[in-house]
Amino acid sequence: MSGFRTLLYKEVLRFWKVSFQTVGAPVLTAMLYLMIFSHVLEAHVQVHGVSYAAFLIPGLVMMSALQNAFANSSSSLIQSKVTGSVVFVLLPPISYVEFFLAYVVAAMLRGMMVGVGVLLVTVWFALPTFVEPLWILTFIVLGGGIMGALGMVAGIWADKFDQLAAFQNFLIMPLTMLSGVFYSIHSLPHFWQQVSRFNPVFYMIDGFRFGFFGVSDVAPETSLAVVATSFLLVSAATLMLLRSGYKLRS
Amino acid sequence: MSVAVAIDRVEKRFASLRALAGVSLRIAEGEFFGLLGPNGAGKTTLISCLAGLARPDSGTLTVMGHDVVTGYRDARRLLGVVPQELVFDPFFSVRESLRIQSGYFGIRHNDDWIDEILANLDLTAKADTNMRRLSGGMKRRVLVAQALVHKPPVIVLDEPTAGVDVELRQGLWQFVRRLNRDGHTVILTTHYLEEAEALCGRIAMLKEGRVVALDTTRNLLARVSGQALHLRLSGPAPLPPALRARASESEGMWTFQLAGVGEIEPLLVAVREAGCLMDDLRLTQTDLEDVFLGVMQSSSPRQETSRP
Repeated sequence: MSGFRTLLYKEVLRFWKVSFQTVGAPVLTAMLYLMIFSHVLEAHVQVHGVSYAAFLIPGLVMMSALQNAFANSSSSLIQSKVTGSVVFVLLPPISYVEFFLAYVVAAMLRGMMVGVGVLLVTVWFALPTFVEPLWILTFIVLGGGIMGALGMVAGIWADKFDQLAAFQNFLIMPLTMLSGVFYSIHSLPHFWQQVSRFNPVFYMIDGFRFGFFGVSDVAPETSLAVVATSFLLVSAATLMLLRSGYKLRS
Repeated sequence: MSVAVAIDRVEKRFASLRALAGVSLRIAEGEFFGLLGPNGAGKTTLISCLAGLARPDSGTLTVMGHDVVTGYRDARRLLGVVPQELVFDPFFSVRESLRIQSGYFGIRHNDDWIDEILANLDLTAKADTNMRRLSGGMKRRVLVAQALVHKPPVIVLDEPTAGVDVELRQGLWQFVRRLNRDGHTVILTTHYLEEAEALCGRIAMLKEGRVVALDTTRNLLARVSGQALHLRLSGPAPLPPALRARASESEGMWTFQLAGVGEIEPLLVAVREAGCLMDDLRLTQTDLEDVFLGVMQSSSPRQETSRP
């Protein structure tokens, strides 16, 4: 598994060398969201019996983790494809499974690092509680895995940076922003509640938040089932794509 | 001598383009082998198939007996490829790039060998410099180093000296020659025919995805007679028809292909007797370029079957 280990090391080193933009920037963005929304809504809104700031924090942690997991694998692949340096990982004897694991685990790690960073800077607004830490960990690992794998699909599919940006802006952003990060879906009209239930990111956020408060919009077991199934499906699709050599080996 | 690379009836299509139309080649261990052909002849496609960057539609390729598809792990471990494009990973220094590349091949503590390659390629002083800050020639040398980190017995160099200055080219060839003397099999594609002539023991010429010539460099050179005499005339008298028939003209320069030096004297006498005045006179050895042009211009491509 040395190919896997080295590829993972390289992928982590890649984002770590520019951690100011890959970890620092998203942490700052999340903090700005929290400052603005908690300032405006703190006095008026309570969700699941906790203050709005406390409610918002886990959602922001997960949203930032998911977006950055996606960004990590997708930007790494598109960059190496566009510059041609992808040959360095295609020439050695690295299997497609090792390839998949290295990119997905690196994406997960970046997501977690951003998540921990967001958690640390938001401590000033509300002290977090960790009612079910194992659920927290499970959801961030699976969520990061799904987004890391989706990032691979997008990075392999896209030939140009603007195609990747379209994938990110028109699919990943709406899915994560409309996933109940900023509200409980029970506050939505019935129709939009039903629509939200078709968004797998909703279950990632809701299950993750359950780990903090022990309360959630849907049963955490349901969320776990949806998220685990999504992870398996996206992973299987990504592995098939890699095995076929699509857009990587002509 | 055992076979280092065996390519057997390999075909590859890209949409309507037939990039490889049934290529078969056998390259023996320790050979310095040249792969020549015009742009689009299929050289890089063939190398891509060998390296696993492209998948052939049919046919097989092996490296030291390992199939590049079914036994790709062994095949790739035994092969070092210097890609044609000047690519680099902008996040890392030279040494980091080489360490990472070693790791991909399962080699963990490789610094002794990395230092040796760096010294040989005159890169020691740049070991800790970021790839982005290297000149084009240095990036090219790092590509060579990256192909060698796992000490592959078979080395493929795809146009390694395109756009590289003379001094560096010489240094690079010295190093590659030494690798070849040490037992590495070297496969080279190049546009510089004098380079292939000087380095390669055997040469395959590709045209439209087929092998159109395959022989030792010596035999290929012998296909075209030894020398040529070039004359430029001045003054009013034209070249007489009898001499014109034996010569070809290009930009005022008449070229006579000679079977031997003995033909020179009578030819000059005939020119003088016709009253022609000479402005310029040159005697040249035929080189690989003449052979190459001859082969490329000759009729339809055919499959050569000669073996080492």
